[in-house]
Amino acid sequence: MNTADQYVKAIYLLQEMENGPASTGALADRLGVSPASANEMIGKLESRGLAEHEKYKGVTLTDEGIVRARDALQTYCIIERFLANVLSVDEFRAEAGDLEPVIDDLVAERLDTIIDRNAECPDCFDPETDACCHLDVPAEPVETEEQRAD
Amino acid sequence: MSSDHQLARLLQIGIVLEEVVEARSYHHYQSLDDAPALDPEIESLLEHAAAESAAHRERLEELVDELDAESIPFEEIEALVQAQYGGTDPDDFDDILYDQLANEETAYKFYDDLVGALRASEATFGIDRDHLIDVLVEIREEEADGVEEVTKVMNDRS
Repeated sequence: MNTADQYVKAIYLLQEMENGPASTGALADRLGVSPASANEMIGKLESRGLAEHEKYKGVTLTDEGIVRARDALQTYCIIERFLANVLSVDEFRAEAGDLEPVIDDLVAERLDTIIDRNAECPDCFDPETDACCHLDVPAEPVETEEQRAD
Repeated sequence: MSSDHQLARLLQIGIVLEEVVEARSYHHYQSLDDAPALDPEIESLLEHAAAESAAHRERLEELVDELDAESIPFEEIEALVQAQYGGTDPDDFDDILYDQLANEETAYKFYDDLVGALRASEATFGIDRDHLIDVLVEIREEEADGVEEVTKVMNDRS
């Protein structure tokens, strides 16, 4: 998946969570990049007609951007389901994020032939847990008082 | 790419892709038995594809072993292909050829991206880097030949 697709996917998920435009800061946080890098890519997405940016409000995907984002999200969902269900990877969310840039859509489509994905995909994706809702997300370890004191 | 773990994971994905090709070719090959007239050219193409994927899988498994990781047994992937095959099986010879072309093109793209990522990375791995790249380049070239062979059969038939 190329960088532009990773961005439109992240904007799409932030828009879903915030019910409105995605702020540059939140986008940079989600992708683990600097706000300057996020701004630069937002400019490129605007020039390709995939997103619109409004000062002080944030970035919103165009209809074309939404189609692209949903395709990218579907590819991501295939990677997560493949890791979790076929390779039995517990940390499938972190690994899907690492593999995302190296797994092409063509490859994901082929992997999809052995995955029992739901017809509702990519609406199955939960932006809060960053995972397909049909996958069991391991519980976050709870920090104890003693650990906090350390 | 930054670690043995990530490299092993990508090689495991390569193995699964080869297993999918092998299992689907086998299913297509079997489906030819029910066809009104057997097509020797397609039969030979599928037989060759299954054998080549098995050989690629073994080469990737050797690399995964060297990284102290595990491969996914072929039987597991074959069962998954079989379980999902009903919804994705080709209807006729042309569909079989398109599916085969998609198999070869996907594999080529996967190895090409992997070789590109390895060459762009400065990471050192628990296995010899030059040997790793040589193996992947050889497999990639065989996939490129596969794309050419399927395309030729498709062109001859049109």
